[in-house]
Amino acid sequence: MNRYPIWKNATVLIALVLGFLYTLPNFFGEVPAVQVASVKATHKVDARLMTQVESALKAASIAPQGLSLDLNSLRVRLADTDTQLKARDAIERALNPVPAEAAYSVALNLVSNSPNWLTGIRALPMYLGLDLRGGVHFLLQVDMKGALTKRLDSVAADLRTLLRDKNIRHAGIARSGQTVQVQFRDAEMREKAKQLIAGSQPELLLAETLTGADFTLVATLNPQSIKTFQDDALKQNIATLNKRINELAVAEPVIQQQGADRIVVQLPGVQDVARAKDLIGRTATLEVRLVEQASVAGSDAPVGTDLIPERRRDGSINMVAVRKLVALTGDRFNGAQATFDENQRPAVAVQLDAAGGRIMRDVTREHLKKMMAIILIEKGRPEAISVATIQGEFGNRFQITGMFSPEETNTLAILIRSGAVAAPMDIIEERVIGPSLGADNIAKGFDSTKWGFIAISVFMIGYYLLFGVVSVFALSANVLFLIALLSLLQATLTLPGIAAIALTLGMAIDANVLINERVREELRAGNSPQASITAGYERAWATILDSNITTLIAGIALLIFGSGPVRGFAVVHCLGILTSIFSSVVVSRALINLIYGHRRKLTSVSIGQIWKPGV
Amino acid sequence: MEFFRIRKDIPFMRHALVFNIISLITFLLAVFFLATKGLHLSIEFTGGTLMEVSYAQAPDLQQIRKQLEGDGFADPQVQNFGSSRDVLIRVPLARGTNEGESGKVGERVMASLAKVGAGATAPTLKRVEFVGPQVGKELAEDGALALLLVVIGIMLYLAMRFEWRFAVSAIIANLHDVVIILGFFSFFQWEFSLPVLAAVLAVLGYSVNESVVVFDRVRETFKKKRGMTTPEVLDHAITSTISRTIITHGSTQMMVTSMLIFGGPALHYFALALTIGICFGIYSSVLVASPLVMWLGVSRAQFVQPKVEKQEAVV
Repeated sequence: MNRYPIWKNATVLIALVLGFLYTLPNFFGEVPAVQVASVKATHKVDARLMTQVESALKAASIAPQGLSLDLNSLRVRLADTDTQLKARDAIERALNPVPAEAAYSVALNLVSNSPNWLTGIRALPMYLGLDLRGGVHFLLQVDMKGALTKRLDSVAADLRTLLRDKNIRHAGIARSGQTVQVQFRDAEMREKAKQLIAGSQPELLLAETLTGADFTLVATLNPQSIKTFQDDALKQNIATLNKRINELAVAEPVIQQQGADRIVVQLPGVQDVARAKDLIGRTATLEVRLVEQASVAGSDAPVGTDLIPERRRDGSINMVAVRKLVALTGDRFNGAQATFDENQRPAVAVQLDAAGGRIMRDVTREHLKKMMAIILIEKGRPEAISVATIQGEFGNRFQITGMFSPEETNTLAILIRSGAVAAPMDIIEERVIGPSLGADNIAKGFDSTKWGFIAISVFMIGYYLLFGVVSVFALSANVLFLIALLSLLQATLTLPGIAAIALTLGMAIDANVLINERVREELRAGNSPQASITAGYERAWATILDSNITTLIAGIALLIFGSGPVRGFAVVHCLGILTSIFSSVVVSRALINLIYGHRRKLTSVSIGQIWKPGV
Repeated sequence: MEFFRIRKDIPFMRHALVFNIISLITFLLAVFFLATKGLHLSIEFTGGTLMEVSYAQAPDLQQIRKQLEGDGFADPQVQNFGSSRDVLIRVPLARGTNEGESGKVGERVMASLAKVGAGATAPTLKRVEFVGPQVGKELAEDGALALLLVVIGIMLYLAMRFEWRFAVSAIIANLHDVVIILGFFSFFQWEFSLPVLAAVLAVLGYSVNESVVVFDRVRETFKKKRGMTTPEVLDHAITSTISRTIITHGSTQMMVTSMLIFGGPALHYFALALTIGICFGIYSSVLVASPLVMWLGVSRAQFVQPKVEKQEAVV
């Protein structure tokens, strides 16, 4: 008897239902939408914004089909592209009254039209790669060597100040390659300097050498601090890129670290490469100025000052009058982190380089208890991101405290870092795919799969009759599982990925051919139909497993070493192998059992003609 | 319907030497072409800029080439892609320029194209791909590493599952396929790109299947039937799996042919590599791997566990 226990049938049934559910969103297509995201770190996308957008739409008498809020964006679904454009303009006007000071990006986008209950169970359509939807792709190389050189320059300046302050005479400090070399006339001075530097600069590794008549101290950054420095530089660059790209009003940008010193930027739907490149290359600047008057009512700046807007915590704008004289610029900043002060209150720790520290010491000594503003200038528009009272004399390390929440200190640290000059970046890989080419690629990939599938189905049914029908059903189940899995994992589907779907289907039929051939063989040997089915499936199983594992080894190797298009291929290929084992063995067996399993006296099965030699 | 009505085992092994010589010759030819002509590597590996542009009317390629050369692009390749109105332009990396500068090649080429045939419509840009020299080198290295990992992984698995003789013969047979695919790409100077590399590796995993299926039968036959010589066992195993071999590969090839027909230029070489791989995969895994197993001296004793007489006795 060939019967499956209830739990096995139930597993197959549940798998099929789940496969169907998660494949479903791909059939609903997409509807036009307007996506709102924050451009400035000082503005959040939250429920308040949602009510603001709702009222803006109501005022323009546009009825949205739905609003959804996620971590960093608000999406408004709309009936058609006409209303989409109208809604975009209405929202844009409401949120960014002054276009030059846009705080939110309002972008046109397409979102899935699947019903809410499907989205509720996280059933989303497959995530299409750039080659299918069009857009630009950049791979940026962060110039870590250049950034380290800059860091060492500032170390050299630090040492110079340090030695002068402690009255240790040296014969010259210079950066040479990735080291800083300090020369001394005698060993005694060097020893003294070494003690001092080791005490105050823990991130330096010190070594003593002799160059000619000079006693030299060679300082290098220790591996730990190099790593921290590189990680920070990369994070800072990613944060900066995020801010800039928000300005492009791209619906779903991808900005990710790749490897130790690279950043991938993908901008779906963007065609204007020149503008994108320009934005990526630009950096903001930071200035520190003394405050003349903390709050100015009118729009007239007192003599010798500039009026700079400051956004207060309640959202209102306050104009600060600051001196025209710039005390410090962004290139003197080495870093900024959110931290806690000695009283465990949230604070931002700021590091300046040696020269910056010297300036800061002078400024703070002269202007104790006065106010100081840190100003971020983006696209030529300044904004005071911190206005604080100078509480004491300080040097190259200081803290900004206030009535901050930890989240606010984080934001402020990011803002300060984004103004400090990041490590320089080069574009080392670039891809632009036009939107028509993307649609074309989808159609071609889909057609290949469709016609290949039809050809295989016709052949299988013709050759194996009912067993062929079962095989084709198993293959369809495989497609269902594969697409459901890709949708569920939100793996990026690319053209090579579609090719992998086709290829995997072509290979998956192998398992059913193996089974059917085995069953025929058993019948040929004169076994009863029921016994033949059992033996056919059982004997084929070992072979199917072996052959799939070898294919899987190749797939995994591609997954590990592949990048870009190869990775897209490998992901689908590996997933396809896994789903095909289940569908071709378990699903097809369940169906065969359902058809033949309950018949006690089975005399023949529909598997095509069985030819026996010598008959 | 049954295609394969085979009465007796086909004596494949009698001609083993012939098959091996044929393989050796094709293999050497492939190596020869690879050595003399080399592979036409895509810009993904070499670095450079590739652009696909679309014109309203079929443009004069010669004129485009001249204009590009005139504008200081060294050795630009200009060819039709898919249709006569679509043009593919490849500009190799210029020596001496840094990476940031070469990233602007795309815009410079478009400016240059706009000058061609004054009055005619400027082309629309469909695709740009720029790859820096460093990335290209890494991709080539990663590709080689992936190949190595596949070979080692499959050998380990087969050695564990069967025996080292099977592992060695299967890998030799299938690497010979890989070399032959590369030989074809070298001889015809087809473009070897990343998707082609993926196809080659996928085919490697796939044709090892074939050897696995035959070897599975060999093992089974050795265990079940006594008194058959090794060549007879191999003949029997191959004969009894040949219908499955051909039907399976036929099905996969149907899918691949569909890709060749409907997949357009983007999938063309991918499908072509698969086609060659599938055809040679049948041949090599059956007719190269099996004789190799024989030469390596496979025998029944390696599969049948001798019965161990119990030494202890209960008194």
